[in-house]
Amino acid sequence: MARTLRILGAGPGATIQDAGRIGYMRYGVTPAGPMDPAAFATVAAALENEPHAAAIEISVGGLSVDAEDEPLCVAFAGGVFDWRRNGEALPVAARIRLAPGETLTARAGAIGAWAYLGVVGGFETPLRLGSRSTHLRSQIGGFEGRMLGAGDALPCAAGALLTEAALDAPWLAASMAPFRVLPGPQDDYFAAEALDAFFGEVFTLTPRADRMAYAFSGPPIDHARGYNIVSDGVALGAIQIAGDRAPLILMADRQPTGGYPKLGHVIGADIGRLAQLRPGERCRFKAVSLDEALAAQAALQAQILTTAQRLQPLVRRATTEALLRANLIDGATDALAD
Amino acid sequence: MTDAVAYPRFLLAGERALVVEFGETIDPAVNARVVALDAALARAGLDGVVETVPTYRSLMIHYDPARIALGALRCAVAVLIVQPAAVRAPRRWRVPVCYDPPFAEDLDEVAESLGLSTGEIIARQNAAVYRVYMYGFAPGYMFLGGLPPALNISRRPAPRPPVPPGSLLIAAGQALIASVAMPTGWHQIGRTPVNIFDVDRQPMVLAEIGDEIVFDRIDAARFVELSQSDAANASALQADGG
Repeated sequence: MARTLRILGAGPGATIQDAGRIGYMRYGVTPAGPMDPAAFATVAAALENEPHAAAIEISVGGLSVDAEDEPLCVAFAGGVFDWRRNGEALPVAARIRLAPGETLTARAGAIGAWAYLGVVGGFETPLRLGSRSTHLRSQIGGFEGRMLGAGDALPCAAGALLTEAALDAPWLAASMAPFRVLPGPQDDYFAAEALDAFFGEVFTLTPRADRMAYAFSGPPIDHARGYNIVSDGVALGAIQIAGDRAPLILMADRQPTGGYPKLGHVIGADIGRLAQLRPGERCRFKAVSLDEALAAQAALQAQILTTAQRLQPLVRRATTEALLRANLIDGATDALAD
Repeated sequence: MTDAVAYPRFLLAGERALVVEFGETIDPAVNARVVALDAALARAGLDGVVETVPTYRSLMIHYDPARIALGALRCAVAVLIVQPAAVRAPRRWRVPVCYDPPFAEDLDEVAESLGLSTGEIIARQNAAVYRVYMYGFAPGYMFLGGLPPALNISRRPAPRPPVPPGSLLIAAGQALIASVAMPTGWHQIGRTPVNIFDVDRQPMVLAEIGDEIVFDRIDAARFVELSQSDAANASALQADGG
């Protein structure tokens, strides 16, 4: 029997994403992929999945799902979302067995903008140009090229029912540390004072923040040589300064080419943490060298690979109703028998 | 800045992309060097090169630093650049375009702004030979150089509502064919019924970078005919001389 995860409800912005669509940027096709690659990779590691296995990306709009006929082993991680199974609170990141009849819900909390829900083996929505990632603007990939909604049934790969566990992933914790930036390729379009302002001042994420780009407000970043360049390639994390003199950081759904000067790029190790910012939150940027960027990425990658070795017992944080139901009055928690 | 810049330049776009820049202008000779390096890299098949994106004047090389170090990649590219390029003869594609209402939404406005009649604009369009410089911005958006100087018009101060797929747009000395509906700061002067981009076709674009594009005027009846028949649509976009 086919294993199926059903969407009972989804806020705007829930999509299927794998590691991204590779090889078609030359035709203008956006790579897409997860906004927070570290959280996405942590879910894959927790499920012992291939790194590119497709998962659900959940926005602050939240999600509610169940397993249709057969139990499914799922895992989730990302921002500090409120996860519940049949109303019972779960850790912020965990691997669980979702039995038919149980409902798993995710609601955004105070911190973080994106969370990932994966299943052992991955979701088996159709491959499109070699990828399952959804690009909403061009309606390519994912589930019919669109956001997930109530009634959608997602086919899941066959896979083992791994034990339930809480994930200990401190590398996903929010942090006030400046976002590290590798300058270039058009940093020579900005005067030294402009670069000083960018790397010295505080910026605020504006409400203009989506999968394509995050617009920041702060002190104006003046161009030394105008702001029109002949279009060139655009990589993940590019910090583009257009005529409004404000940083626009290009994210997973960026266009593959663009015509504004790019002061630098947020390094790969920090792009997920940047994606987790919510509008109104403030941040700083710090210039780093290529060696620092590579070392940070290698260190993050090494940490993510420890996910399966760092599993913690899943502790059921019982609610009052559950306590009454279970007639447990001598303790607030109960180690889940598994 | 008046400092002479020596090309090619190697520039970092984050720790996973190297930009090899051959110039800062729209120039067929510059674009030809981009295409040559792109082809040479494809032939070389370097481990760790994930994908390449040719643009007007530079090649972006997306690579995996865990598989190839920047220094090794730069060395390999430097060797490829000085090798003689395998030159592919450009093909010339004839693209049917309708300049009549309702397919030419901004043509009257453009004519007024350039001080030309719509007939003069269409005549210049029919005489022009464009070069495909790159695909970008959105899936299948084909960027063209070779706009007749008389048709040079600035971008709009603010984007206009989305143009339909197949729209022929001009602005800033360039032309482009839009493949999917998007808002644009350019001006829509006509529309082609042929699918210049099809995700499910192999290859998904027909004209390669460096190829030539000429536009053949069609009337509204022919536009409707071509857009209603897949077979007619597929055969309408043809390269001269195979």
